[in-house]
Amino acid sequence: MKLPGFMAIVITMAFAGVEVRAEEAPDFNEALQGLGSKSRTTILKSIDQLSELNDPRSLSALEALLGKRLRSDDHDGLFIVDESGEIFVDALTGEEVRVDPDSLKTPRINNRVRRSLKPLIARLRLRNPDVSIRLAAAEELENRPSADAADSIRLALEEESDQTVRNVLEVALARIELKSDDPQLRLGAVEVLGEHGDRNQEAELVALLDQNEDGQFAESDPAVREAAQSAIQRIQRTAFLNDMAGHFFYGLSLASVLLLAALGLAITFGLMGVINMAHGEMLMLGAYTTYVVIGLFEQHLLAWLDWYLLIAVPTAFLVCAAVGMLLERGVIRFLYGRPLETLLATWGISLVLIQTVRLTFGAQNVEVANPSWLSGGYEILSGVVLPWSRIAIVMFSITTVAVVWWLLQRTRLGLYVRAVTQNREMAAGLGIATSRIDMLTFGLGSGIAGLGGVALSQVGNVGPELGRSYIVDSFMVVVLGGVGNIMGTVVAALGLGVLNKFLEPVSGAVLGKIFVLGFLILFIQRRPQGIFALKGRAAEA
Amino acid sequence: MPELHTGRHPMHSARAWWLLACFVAIAAVMVPVFNLVPDEDSIWKLPDFLIPLFGKFICYAIVALAIDLIWGYAGILSLGHGVFFALGGYAMGMYLMRSIGTEGVYGNELPDFMVFLDWKELPWFWYGFEYFAFAFSMALVVPGALAFGFGWLAFRSRITGVYFSIITQAMTFAFMLLFFRNDTGFGGNNGLTDFKRILGISLQEPGTRVGLYVVSVIALLGTYLACRYIVCSKLGRLVTAVRDAETKLRFTGYDPLQYKLFVWTFSAVLCGLAGALYVPQVGIINPSEMQPANSIEMAIWVAVGGRGTLVGAVAGAWLVNATKSWFTVAAPETWLYVLGGTFILVTLFAPRGLVGLLESVRLRGRADSTSPTGSEEVDP
Repeated sequence: MKLPGFMAIVITMAFAGVEVRAEEAPDFNEALQGLGSKSRTTILKSIDQLSELNDPRSLSALEALLGKRLRSDDHDGLFIVDESGEIFVDALTGEEVRVDPDSLKTPRINNRVRRSLKPLIARLRLRNPDVSIRLAAAEELENRPSADAADSIRLALEEESDQTVRNVLEVALARIELKSDDPQLRLGAVEVLGEHGDRNQEAELVALLDQNEDGQFAESDPAVREAAQSAIQRIQRTAFLNDMAGHFFYGLSLASVLLLAALGLAITFGLMGVINMAHGEMLMLGAYTTYVVIGLFEQHLLAWLDWYLLIAVPTAFLVCAAVGMLLERGVIRFLYGRPLETLLATWGISLVLIQTVRLTFGAQNVEVANPSWLSGGYEILSGVVLPWSRIAIVMFSITTVAVVWWLLQRTRLGLYVRAVTQNREMAAGLGIATSRIDMLTFGLGSGIAGLGGVALSQVGNVGPELGRSYIVDSFMVVVLGGVGNIMGTVVAALGLGVLNKFLEPVSGAVLGKIFVLGFLILFIQRRPQGIFALKGRAAEA
Repeated sequence: MPELHTGRHPMHSARAWWLLACFVAIAAVMVPVFNLVPDEDSIWKLPDFLIPLFGKFICYAIVALAIDLIWGYAGILSLGHGVFFALGGYAMGMYLMRSIGTEGVYGNELPDFMVFLDWKELPWFWYGFEYFAFAFSMALVVPGALAFGFGWLAFRSRITGVYFSIITQAMTFAFMLLFFRNDTGFGGNNGLTDFKRILGISLQEPGTRVGLYVVSVIALLGTYLACRYIVCSKLGRLVTAVRDAETKLRFTGYDPLQYKLFVWTFSAVLCGLAGALYVPQVGIINPSEMQPANSIEMAIWVAVGGRGTLVGAVAGAWLVNATKSWFTVAAPETWLYVLGGTFILVTLFAPRGLVGLLESVRLRGRADSTSPTGSEEVDP
């Protein structure tokens, strides 16, 4: 009876071994099935178990649970339904199955479940071959540091090749290690945070330096405190540089918009000495043209919707140029030599245009969506994202200025325009049809404003009052830049745009604007004709 | 007959004085009598709601005179008179706020909006506004001082024409933004309102309204006479010379700066006066009065009536505002077309406004008899 006895022992031991292992590491299937439970306590326990198992197979079920796509039946079956809600996959085997959707239940989760789900999903996603998924996962871990993710992060760091993901992971790990008992680890963590951290981590470092009432520091090790001190300084310096870069870029993009708005105004003002109060409405018309073009694309050319800008840009130019020429022929032509009255008449035109658009398209803002290739942005520094739409506007306005410059300096029309600007009588005497040039120039100026309108529709609201908000600013650009002077307009727009954005954080947007206006009024005292004044007789005219 | 004026014009002919007296009698005596004396149901009764409306129009007429003085006579188009008007209004509004006392919603000595913003004490620039005399003088001094400073800077560097107009517009825009801020201390975008009494008298009483209206009429009369005095004086002729040929004037040895500055500042003070009379009658002052659009609209009143003639400015203000009152009730959607159309048509076809049209009709009637010299001045 020795053998059976031995067998019995072996079998008992084997069973015991199984039982011991089951206690140490819970059964994967069982843990997964727990996710489908009705009780949230069971779900939370399963998540803990899965977290311990750290098995990538559980990822799809966990994601499904978070996205409310997990279903369970009464017999411990667990299924994942796809986005369409028709195809069911067995969560354990990964095979497609046919089940009766009515017999299934959706496990209910609350925020507590979500809080423990998200870091786990992120950890599991760190092994995904797609860089962008890994980055998103790393950011998730960085935002919600939990001690049990530390090992997964270290593992992931060993294999991770993408530098961006590595940086985020290092910060995530540092935030966890900051809480560890080992001063050496904490010291390392503080240094990592100093190198890659941003404003979010600054507070944690500052907290290390807190003293309680007994004079005890929150951080006991003086070396770590010292490192934290310099890390804070580094973070602040980087943040400052980032802010400056951000302000500069946003200033640049504001300047581009101002430039597009003011360029046409500067040309017509320089040529005819009249201020076109309806110029802002040309911006508005350009933006609404974009809106109409999108509508037409949606009706007839849905597949090409992403490329509507290619049509909207020339259409807006032509529409606004036509309206501008109509105005010049119909009203402004009769008011030459009476600039103040032109100002009033064009104001009347702007009222009529605004009301017409309001009655046609409604008083509410209309929606102009960016094409998909302009949404999103490019991150130049951590925390400084440049939206593609704004980058595109900067490029667009550079191109426009280049084209206008070429038009004015290198073509016959431009030669005529410059001649009439400098001396109308003499130009007429030399056989230039000044009145035709006036019309064409007015059309050109209005058309450029239309281009500005297309640009504005990409970054802001499109409503009947759109032009009003830009008109004062564009006048200021013209006044600052000097009359009929492209270079001056460019410099003035750049200066005002960037100055505005740098003043905003210091004094608030409104006060910043008031300062700029006040500065301008004083500036005009010193240089009444703008930065780049025309020299000679033309200046007095 | 053309005659050489070296000094001042006579202010009015006897007939014009007579017409002026008739107008004052109707506006300052008949209107209150017809409002207060007849019974509620009598057909002779002038409805109560018309009194503040007329009062408003009277204030607008003062503004129109002020703008005419600077634009019609000195040729300087200001797009900033709305600010002077609103500043006068705010000064009066601050007095009215202070005289609410503890009857506000929060029962606090401070104005309600300050309690709402959790301010503990009065900002320094509100000191003294509990006294009517101080507040009223501030309503004239503040716009005047602002205009003086602004004008001194602008005229000294010889900013003229369109440039000056758009800089005044920038000033208007800056002030509007400033007053829209809650932190500026003037009630933010709600402005100042819920007034209870002026000089201890309740603002709700019909008698108070009529009283304010009569005071406004008297102020208009005073303004008109002052403007008339100025434009008939040697100063007035110099100012007109600034409009017509500033460079020539300078070459003849005059310094246009002081004349321009005087007319400009005086014009702003008149606007402040109008604002101070306007606010107790309308019962509210808020930053939307400072919108650049309002200032431009003020210019069109003068353009419609006829610039360079004081009567034309007053008539234009009334005509445009009466039309506005009617349209915004009867056909609000078409009002902007009417206003926009007015801007365009008046500048294109009637650059001298209604007065100019009437005059050309009259001149055509007797084109053979006299030459049209001296037609610049039109008596009422």
